[in-house]
Amino acid sequence: MALTKEQIAQRIAKEVKDGYYVNLGIGIPTLVANFVRDDIEVEFQSENGILGMGPFPFEGEEDPDLINAGKQTITALPGASFFDSALSFSMIRGQHVDLTILGAMEVAQNGDIANWKIPGKMVKGMGGAMDLVASAENIIVAMMHTNRAGASKLLKQCSLPLTGVNCVKKIVTNLAVLEIKEDKFHLLERAPGVTVEEIKKATEGDLIIPTEVPEMSL
Amino acid sequence: MITKTVKNVTEACKGVKDGMTFMLGGFGLSGIPENAIAELVRLNVKDVTCISNNAGVDDFGLGLLLQKKQIKKMISSYVGENAEFERQMLSGELEVELIPQGTLAQRARAAQSGIPAFYTPAGYGTEVAEGKESREFNGKMHILEHAFKADFAFVKAWKGDTAGNLIFKGTARNFNPNMCGAANITVAEVEELVPAGSLDPNQIHIPGILVQRIFEGEKYEKRIEQRTVRKR
Repeated sequence: MALTKEQIAQRIAKEVKDGYYVNLGIGIPTLVANFVRDDIEVEFQSENGILGMGPFPFEGEEDPDLINAGKQTITALPGASFFDSALSFSMIRGQHVDLTILGAMEVAQNGDIANWKIPGKMVKGMGGAMDLVASAENIIVAMMHTNRAGASKLLKQCSLPLTGVNCVKKIVTNLAVLEIKEDKFHLLERAPGVTVEEIKKATEGDLIIPTEVPEMSL
Repeated sequence: MITKTVKNVTEACKGVKDGMTFMLGGFGLSGIPENAIAELVRLNVKDVTCISNNAGVDDFGLGLLLQKKQIKKMISSYVGENAEFERQMLSGELEVELIPQGTLAQRARAAQSGIPAFYTPAGYGTEVAEGKESREFNGKMHILEHAFKADFAFVKAWKGDTAGNLIFKGTARNFNPNMCGAANITVAEVEELVPAGSLDPNQIHIPGILVQRIFEGEKYEKRIEQRTVRKR
């Protein structure tokens, strides 16, 4: 069975280590916070200016002066801090943030990523994504393996306008966990019940398949 | 002490003209200069360029200026929540320059700090880099970005004093501190204006030297864009 969006987030949460400062993008990445182990210390950064982001507020306690990068009302945890946008991106460009998790429309086998524009159709803007992918050492992409039309999102080359070049190292999809090395996708794990054949079929880019591909544990 | 207080928003916006470039603080609808925006709508200034991370929503924030077709050009990083914006952009009525969010903040900060340009890795190898100088530092490619030039910066703080000192609250801080002193004239509006000397100097985020005019906003709607809550 292919993973649900929640399960993709659950698998990615296992990549979050004790002591990490983590930036979560909008969509599936936001869900990762729900699955991080309780016995490790992690702080979430939201690029609009908070470190130590907490869960959504209780009804009636929403504060218009306290939102995340998705403009959702949030809370601040003990030890949280607020800062301006320049300092926020100093944390990102200066590589003080340990892990960046974001969504994508396309990823290429050389690590290029596209996630901000579909020419003639959708132009929302890049927000902080270009700063994040250009600077982060540790980027995990969370996305579905194929788009709504069933076409692969793991490509030899991106067809959409790029967000960043040679930057993605790891991808977790509804079908598999993959790593990008030497301009190729390397299959690391498959979703429970999903065959290597299915993953191969859904991947347009070059895919290196080891003899053993373990099922992922969530 | 140098006093920065002006009577009201009308006095604060004196000198605003057609064709000018404005910087506006705020992220989404959080920390936007609501009173200055309302005044710009009332003044009906045309053909303005707005530098702001977002473009408001259809009926609030910069969306109000868009509705009246007062904006010639927007410089933003994310404009996803505004249907009228999308319509004007796709029809070519509105010129739009989309830039990375960190670059937007730093271009404001550069203007504030007297730094004409800087190199950043953000956008290298993308549309954003087209026509820009690029250079390698420590084995990594960067592009040259320039400080903004603007006639007015409109910012919103939580508290301020008559000397122009500002304190921000929560994530409503965002771009506001970076835009102070980044334009020829910085207009700060605050929820609460107090006499100089009543704020603790240790707690001030932006010193009054970066602010030319300060006033207490008549009212703040502080609209929430995405109300998300959890059950008790």
